[in-house]
Amino acid sequence: MGFAYDEKILSVKDLEVQFKLRGQALTAIRGVSLDLYKGESLAIVGESGSGKSVFTKTFMGMLDKNGRVTAGEILYKGMDLAKFKKEKDWLKIRGREIAMVFQDPMTSLNPLKTVGKQIQEALEMHQGLKGNAAKQRTIEILSDVGIQEPERRYKQYPHEFSGGMRQRAVIATAIACKPEILICDEPTTALDVTIQAQIIELLRGLQKKHNLTIIYITHDLGVVAKVAGRIAVMYAGDIIEIGTCDEIFYNAKHPYTWALLSSLPQLGIKGEPLYSIKGTPPNLFKKIKGDAFAPRNPQALNIDFLIRPPYFEVSPTHYAKTWLLDPRAPQMEPPDTIKRMMEKWKEAQENV
Amino acid sequence: MLKYILKRLLLSVVTLFVIATVVFLLMRLMPETGYFDADEYDKMDAEQIEVALKAMGLRDPIPVQLFRFYRQILSGDLGESVVFRPHVEVSKIIAQKIPYSIPFGLASVGISLIVGLALGTLMARFPHKLPDIIGNGYVVFINAVPAAVYYLFIQLYISDILHLPILYDEYNPVSWILPAVSMSLSGIASYAMWIRRYMLDQMTKDYISFARAKGVSNRKLMFRHVMRNAFVPMAQNLPANILYTISGSLYVESLFSIPGMGGLLIAAIQKQDNPLVQALVLIYSSIGILGLLLGDLLMAVCDPRIKLSRKGGSR
Repeated sequence: MGFAYDEKILSVKDLEVQFKLRGQALTAIRGVSLDLYKGESLAIVGESGSGKSVFTKTFMGMLDKNGRVTAGEILYKGMDLAKFKKEKDWLKIRGREIAMVFQDPMTSLNPLKTVGKQIQEALEMHQGLKGNAAKQRTIEILSDVGIQEPERRYKQYPHEFSGGMRQRAVIATAIACKPEILICDEPTTALDVTIQAQIIELLRGLQKKHNLTIIYITHDLGVVAKVAGRIAVMYAGDIIEIGTCDEIFYNAKHPYTWALLSSLPQLGIKGEPLYSIKGTPPNLFKKIKGDAFAPRNPQALNIDFLIRPPYFEVSPTHYAKTWLLDPRAPQMEPPDTIKRMMEKWKEAQENV
Repeated sequence: MLKYILKRLLLSVVTLFVIATVVFLLMRLMPETGYFDADEYDKMDAEQIEVALKAMGLRDPIPVQLFRFYRQILSGDLGESVVFRPHVEVSKIIAQKIPYSIPFGLASVGISLIVGLALGTLMARFPHKLPDIIGNGYVVFINAVPAAVYYLFIQLYISDILHLPILYDEYNPVSWILPAVSMSLSGIASYAMWIRRYMLDQMTKDYISFARAKGVSNRKLMFRHVMRNAFVPMAQNLPANILYTISGSLYVESLFSIPGMGGLLIAAIQKQDNPLVQALVLIYSSIGILGLLLGDLLMAVCDPRIKLSRKGGSR
């Protein structure tokens, strides 16, 4: 995607997040490190419960009450967000530095307040705009996100908006105060397909216009392929592989990434049953030994059960946590579907 | 909106009409002694009674009586009391009682709303912390212990400790405190319980997280987003509650000997004063119907999603 990864905007180091549940500690994020670069779009993929949302929520202090950061740091503009305790500190970050778009636009807006007032609320808080100036700015933002007749829409309530329009309004609220980072938690999951494409176009357009850094959290690898510069694959509270979009799609190294890609229905062969990953994700109440994916990986090595793999560098932008990349490991071929897909991908790239 | 209100008012009139009919017919089943003063009745023989009943029109065919009753109501005449206070107009009796009930009712609604909503909000703000535990304890106590017990406790001990008079005295404002507070106790508990519950419900909603994510502080979140949304489901029952409260509290009024509306219906039934019972039931049902109507309107005012003018009704 021709992006220069030079200016780090957010740097997460060995982040660990625990939740207290019925007196037990659940480790939802197990030592994740990640660098985010200004203006990039990073997609975080992984199955439900892998910690994608929890991970990004820590950037905004939005963890549920029983959850807290137990180790590691989140460096942003010289501040360590992991140390933030007081609400006052977070109010400086939320909305004005880092903003979030939620999954379901139907429930993200307060049903009793006009859409305009809800966007304006953010402007009034963060930019000190008042009265008519705030209203004018709100109307500008509404038209920025592609809402027709913004003056009329300003006065309407969320229930008078369609799903796609609501998501536009949600995005408008999130970008109203020109945040640096926008976290989109499954921004298109709740929308129908034609609207999905529009919302993604909108996000891409806004990203270019405002030089936004966007983190997409999604299950939808189709969306990922369209929007992401880089992809981080999460499994059991850890980023097990990270690389550019091309590197993940056609040079994946981690068995879990292979398995995840194999489960894409688009890659199946007609007539054959769809691939699904056997087993269930590990119990996060227990301490995980070795590679978290090993118990579900039929080709796991012995060492996978004993020692947690470190990051191995595949390229300067591509890292994976798997012992397969150790020089001493036996050569392991990715499954056929993956190979087929890699070839298709290569062809597609050449045809472009 | 206006069309809806008119439609609802019309429906209310129909409902009242039905209620009036049912009440009237039920009253015909009551013993006929209810049309006579007890002393009078004992002195009369069967023939005299028959004559008197005929004179009152009670021997006419039921439909004739019914239409006469409708005409009476429509002209605003609720009839005369027979036993309770012989030959005094029912409306006059109520007019004398109501000035005692309304101020206490209003005071108690005011206290319950203010204290109850404040307590409930505090509980929702710190769930499972001390304020919530104390609040819940209060709610459970009020709901579990029979009112007679804590009213008695208030009369016996609280009045003594605070040196407040036990009985109501029209000319001594200090004596108004205990009854007003007593009347509010259960209201406080129920408002606190419901607002807490609805607020906690709202707090788990996505739009609250989203508002937090855009940088709204917890305090503002409570007041600007959670409270109003939590209030909507309460709004519907509020007017009915208020109307019932101002129409008199049976128990508290008799306990503090306030000459209000509260005990009137019971007394009228006990004394078999048929016209008075008839009038009171009509009045109470009108209050109920009005309360429901106001509740719907209040909810529509609070929640823009509710369009009353649309077809299909509001609930």
